[in-house]
Amino acid sequence: MTVAGLDQIFVTLKDILVAHTPAPLQTIVGILITIVPIIVIFPALFAVTTILERKGLGRIQNRYGPNRVGPWGILQPMADAVKSLTKEDLVPRAADQVVHYLAPLVLVGASFLGFAVLPIGRNMTAVNLDAGVLFFFAIGAGTELAVFMAGWSSRNKYSLLGAMRAIAQMISYEIPLILSSIAVVMIAGTLSPTLIVERQAAFSHGLAHWNLFTPWGLAGFILFMIAGTAETNRSPFDLPEGESEIIAGYFIEYSGFKFALFFLAEYLEMFAVSGLGITLFLGGWSSPVSFLAWIPSWAWFFTKLLALIVGFIWIRGTMPRLRMDQLMNFAWKFMLPMTLVVIVSAGIWRFLPVSFGGSAALGGMVRWLVCALVIVVPYVIFARMLGRGNHIEKRVYRFAE
Amino acid sequence: MTLPFLILALLTLAGGVAAMTLRRLVHCALALAISFAGLAGLYLNLGAEFAGLAQLLVYVGAIAILIVFVILLTRGGDADPDSSFSPASAGSVVIALAVFAVLAWAVNTSSLAHVATLQPAPPSDKTGTLQIGQALMQHYVLPLEVIGLMLTAAMIGAVILALRDKRIAAEPKDSELRAS
Amino acid sequence: MNPLAGCLLVSALLFAIGLAGAITRRSAILVLAGIELMLSAANLNFIAFWRFGPHPEALTGLIFVIFSIAVAAAEAAVGLALILAIYRHAKTSDVSEIGEMRG
Repeated sequence: MTVAGLDQIFVTLKDILVAHTPAPLQTIVGILITIVPIIVIFPALFAVTTILERKGLGRIQNRYGPNRVGPWGILQPMADAVKSLTKEDLVPRAADQVVHYLAPLVLVGASFLGFAVLPIGRNMTAVNLDAGVLFFFAIGAGTELAVFMAGWSSRNKYSLLGAMRAIAQMISYEIPLILSSIAVVMIAGTLSPTLIVERQAAFSHGLAHWNLFTPWGLAGFILFMIAGTAETNRSPFDLPEGESEIIAGYFIEYSGFKFALFFLAEYLEMFAVSGLGITLFLGGWSSPVSFLAWIPSWAWFFTKLLALIVGFIWIRGTMPRLRMDQLMNFAWKFMLPMTLVVIVSAGIWRFLPVSFGGSAALGGMVRWLVCALVIVVPYVIFARMLGRGNHIEKRVYRFAE
Repeated sequence: MTLPFLILALLTLAGGVAAMTLRRLVHCALALAISFAGLAGLYLNLGAEFAGLAQLLVYVGAIAILIVFVILLTRGGDADPDSSFSPASAGSVVIALAVFAVLAWAVNTSSLAHVATLQPAPPSDKTGTLQIGQALMQHYVLPLEVIGLMLTAAMIGAVILALRDKRIAAEPKDSELRAS
Repeated sequence: MNPLAGCLLVSALLFAIGLAGAITRRSAILVLAGIELMLSAANLNFIAFWRFGPHPEALTGLIFVIFSIAVAAAEAAVGLALILAIYRHAKTSDVSEIGEMRG
């Protein structure tokens, strides 16, 4: 099998399958073949991630993690699935029955829709929308509403607190998330994820044109992933479900399979945001260097996704949870101005000449340095302003007298 | 009229009716979100991709959430559901029905409603996101700037309106709390 | 009846629903929601006329809807902030109980 054949194996497979079905069913079969893998692969990745996360966190915290089910405990997700499916589904008597029932379904549905526009390989975008990036953010609105539905319908003060925290946090961090992707949209000149990846898939001097390799792209990627972490309520931004403060936040009154759905949705959102980050900044399915371009495109996408997931787990294991005022200050006084600076830097990058004094290499370096300076100077200023009045001193613990 | 159009129209209208008749305010806000989402679906169904997604982002993602927030801040989540309609509601419904009747009559009598063949769908490379962006940045750049100014003014105005008056409710500052 | 008339009828019905809600509900928040529904009904008309009218490539209706959505967002933000301020002052968001401005 040739390299190109392996790269397009799933596309070819779909074409063959569609061609062998009777004509009236072809549209439906085509749609099903596009959707079903997404619905199967990402929950499977969820199972892999849970065991990876529990083992990894265990390693970070100097303990074993699950090690009883199967060899080295790798069958733990199966046991978890069986457990959550067979557990009793409790609904509080005071709960708003309809909204309480609908909330996890809306959440999971909205989380799945985000994958529709992500190119997970060459020619492997489920829905090739002209405004795909906008679609991704528009769908994110559904998850916010679902979180509120879950928190409000439970009729529990902790869940309501968790929901309010979650919505406040998601709205605040949605702005830097969108603004940091605007820089990429501006440079690529399109909102279509497929085209954005294609613009990054070219090589010069053996190196791909990833947005990550530019100063605004690097800063934008870091800001995007911070905002993405907050958007998906991952640690250190997991205030909405902080166990030590409000028990489990908005899904405290859920049990059994619905509880598992909340977990599934949280991980799906993490995958979706990582997928969008890969698409916008890490060149999607393209390879970073030209001599590795023979590796199939979908393998590249999932390698990058797994790498980002490992990063998420690492951060969760090492960072303490933020306080609410720190969270809001960070969003509005640091993230928001920094994303605006990144947009300005991307604009300068677009209009600076590539060659300087007749030399392309020198011109590229000058452009890189100027754009980096445009980002670093405001960064220092904003970081100073954020840290002002924040004296770190020895803590004196006061007990109730 | 196609089946998707009918389903989306039904969703929009049912959401609207539910939002205006349900007794609990939070249910109303959620029904309103459904109605807005159905409307976004209608836009997409009519080929207006960018407007549909913008509708979803702004109405469901911002306005519905904002309404929910205000409901909870004004303790509407646990208000008594007995007195949610004004006493003259019967007359008001008659007025609304009369408005609908006039509009429907106007639509039905216009010649446009009975043209057998309408315009074909516009080609997507003439009305795509790129063309909208170019139109916004070239032909409509002045309105765009004005809208930006207006949004900024609205944002500042909303913040000032919602800001608690410091002279009335002087809250202890964070640093004072820490010192005590 | 053709698709254009269908859109116009849906829009008219949505406008009537919004109007009925805006004048019957006592909660100021739902009055605002009714106004938003009426605005959306107008937007649907713009989209329908853009889609079925002559010269869709001029994008007039579409651009108008985008501006209208932006205006609606600003209107909702200011309106809800007003409701919050009134609630803080009068301890209610019921429009029939706020009668201080009545002469």
